[in-house]
Amino acid sequence: MAELRQELKEKIIEQLNLEEFSVADIADDDALFGDGLGLDSIDALELIVMLDKDYGIQLTDPKEGKEIFKSIAVLADYITENRSK
Amino acid sequence: MGVAITGMGIISAIGHSVEENKTSLLASKSGIGNLRHILTNHSQAIKVGEVLLSNAELTRQLHLPEIHNYTRTGLLGLVAATAALENSNISDCSTYRTGFISSTTVGGMDMTEQYIKQFATDVTTQKYIATHHAGDSTQKIADTLGINGLVTTISTACSSAANAIMLGERLIKAGKLDRVVVGGTDSLSKFTINGFKTLMIQSDALCAPFDAHRKGLNLGEAAAYLVLESDTVVQKEKKDVLAYLSGYGNANDAFHQTASSDNGEGAFLAMQKALEIANLNPDQIDYINAHGTATPNNDLSESIALKRVFGDQMPDFSSTKSFTGHTLAAAGAIEAVFSILALQEQYLFPNLNFNTPMPETGLKPITSGIKKEIRHVLSNSFGFGGNCSTLIFSKA
Amino acid sequence: MKKVYLNTAVNISAQDTFDQEGFLNETKELSGKTITANYPNYKHYITPANLRRMAEAVKMGVTAATQALKNMAITQPDAIITGTGMGCIDDTEKFLNAIISNSEQFLTPTSFIQSTHNTVGAQIALNLKCKAYNNTYSQASVSFEWALMDAQVLLQQGEAENVLVGGYEELGKEIVTYRRMMEDADSLGIQVPFGEGATFFIVSSEKTENSIELMDIEVWSKISTTSIQDNIMRFLEKNTLQLSEIDALIVGRNGDVFDHYYNLTADLFENITQLHYKHLSGEFYTASSFGLWTAYEILSRQEIPKALIFKGETKSNKHTILLYNQFKGRDHSFILLKR
Repeated sequence: MAELRQELKEKIIEQLNLEEFSVADIADDDALFGDGLGLDSIDALELIVMLDKDYGIQLTDPKEGKEIFKSIAVLADYITENRSK
Repeated sequence: MGVAITGMGIISAIGHSVEENKTSLLASKSGIGNLRHILTNHSQAIKVGEVLLSNAELTRQLHLPEIHNYTRTGLLGLVAATAALENSNISDCSTYRTGFISSTTVGGMDMTEQYIKQFATDVTTQKYIATHHAGDSTQKIADTLGINGLVTTISTACSSAANAIMLGERLIKAGKLDRVVVGGTDSLSKFTINGFKTLMIQSDALCAPFDAHRKGLNLGEAAAYLVLESDTVVQKEKKDVLAYLSGYGNANDAFHQTASSDNGEGAFLAMQKALEIANLNPDQIDYINAHGTATPNNDLSESIALKRVFGDQMPDFSSTKSFTGHTLAAAGAIEAVFSILALQEQYLFPNLNFNTPMPETGLKPITSGIKKEIRHVLSNSFGFGGNCSTLIFSKA
Repeated sequence: MKKVYLNTAVNISAQDTFDQEGFLNETKELSGKTITANYPNYKHYITPANLRRMAEAVKMGVTAATQALKNMAITQPDAIITGTGMGCIDDTEKFLNAIISNSEQFLTPTSFIQSTHNTVGAQIALNLKCKAYNNTYSQASVSFEWALMDAQVLLQQGEAENVLVGGYEELGKEIVTYRRMMEDADSLGIQVPFGEGATFFIVSSEKTENSIELMDIEVWSKISTTSIQDNIMRFLEKNTLQLSEIDALIVGRNGDVFDHYYNLTADLFENITQLHYKHLSGEFYTASSFGLWTAYEILSRQEIPKALIFKGETKSNKHTILLYNQFKGRDHSFILLKR
């Protein structure tokens, strides 16, 4: 699980071009959207593509992302349960 | 009263002329269906409002030489612009100071996307290197129409053509032009089909504007142009006036790059400005041709803005994107033509595919055509980048 | 009719032109097929959250615009109007290449969203929460001039007092190489590198001590070489100017065969100071905004950097400048500035 969380942090930094951040800056339970990391709805769409491409999980409704992307910990749990890659 | 509109031309998924578009609207016949002309992996997953003529057919219709470097955007534009001038009985653009203001988002991308990987090696494709930019189709059309002076292209996403139309009026009012052809053109492209797919706002079914269960937009392609003329020219040439562009407004939502604000501020301001210019109260608007793309975000935001402007006295409204799809830059011009047709026919066109009002607003568009005495029509066009534009057309 | 002024001008280009006390004191000679701009430190102007999504055009445009507004202490312009020939071509190419190389799979939205022409105007409005009139023009080499003309009409009609106007362009990576390829195959083609940059102005009906008057601007889609002299004469006559009253002529020479238009124009004048700038800025559809920036600086500072001189002696008092630009014989623009 820790490995997946690390992996997710690295991917998010890369995918979303968060040059100012390192893996150490993102705590597992930090809010990714809103006040935490400050990601927005466009980032959510980017992460939806990442879920599909890297983990084989397809979301059809962008609104589903709101719950899934709450934090690294929540996202890691969701992927572990639903991944097909 | 505003500037006179003396001609119009259009080509869209519901017809290749003003007459054909009118017939489809009156018959509630939509043009949205399966994609034919473009090779894409997504063709099964989307519905589009495609013009049912191939580039070869358009070329023949326009009497262009077989070998040319018009993009599809240019071909559609030329059909509509030529028709507009003909409709206005103008055979010589040099008799008055005449301008051409077009608009597009796709520009030459329909060709660029097909040939970019062959530019280096295939000489026959190289004619499409210089056609990518937005001004190319505009220049080609201006040349064919014989317009040499004030020629330009506006590119503000889905509000582009509305901005082109209002600029035309402003230039006539400022005394810089006597007459101007205004509008826009956009063709379907793999680029936009994939682009809207990444935003997850494209529906795989027929779009249902303002419906509680709307799933997203259908893309479309089209071109439409109006001819605006100063009062002096109208009187001198004894022109028939089709309608007047009595009001216009441009405002920015300044909320997000693609999403509209919760309270529809940009839309609200644009509509307010248009009413102010037209010197009309909201209760004088008889029909609204809404932007109504059928995305969850736009339709809610636009509805809130409409309620802020019109309160409890909501005029009849509909989105004709349920007929043509969302034609991007051209939308403002297509819907201008439809607004003018509504005034000419004294007939309001329905909002197809609507069943259930949105719970947030309870607003219901008209779902069948209505024959009604109308004097003023308001048309909205809102684009990415918060660009919100509104036009008001009044009966001649 | 109200007078229209340029009250400030901010430029980012291949030269050291941004945030400089001097005016083209040291210039670098450009060579090669393309030349990138000298990018400022964006961190002073753009938050990391925004910066991460932006390509150069947007970064340059937002930075130049922000500085221009700062110069005039304006927080809410009455309108934001931009011009760009190729738009946000970098993100356009990025998205297109993603479509092609991934066979339309796993595409992400950011580059699509950033690819629309109005991204710069939109981002500026977003930063300022400015809900005013907002427009973007894209008509090849008159993209910037149309933005300027739109502002002129707004100001003359009393519909605005301070308008933020700018022109911007980025090189991109792919289409520019093909344009270069076509140019280089032509012995009479463009001799300067293709470039990029951004220039923003505050255009106003309020006169300040920094004001340079925008007397007039004209745009023509098509002018033949046999008509250009007539067009120039009529433009000057319209503004009740004699040929002798023009203190300098700034033209967009790029070394191609269409420079002939500039020669014909210069022929009208006796011993005029002829200036040029595309050997400093490179050629791009909105390069004429660099030209206008130089004109603004010349009139403000009353100095002409040697690097701008093409031909002729320079006058000690410079009051009126005529600018002329065109591209491949199309999209001609004339601008008159007066101090």
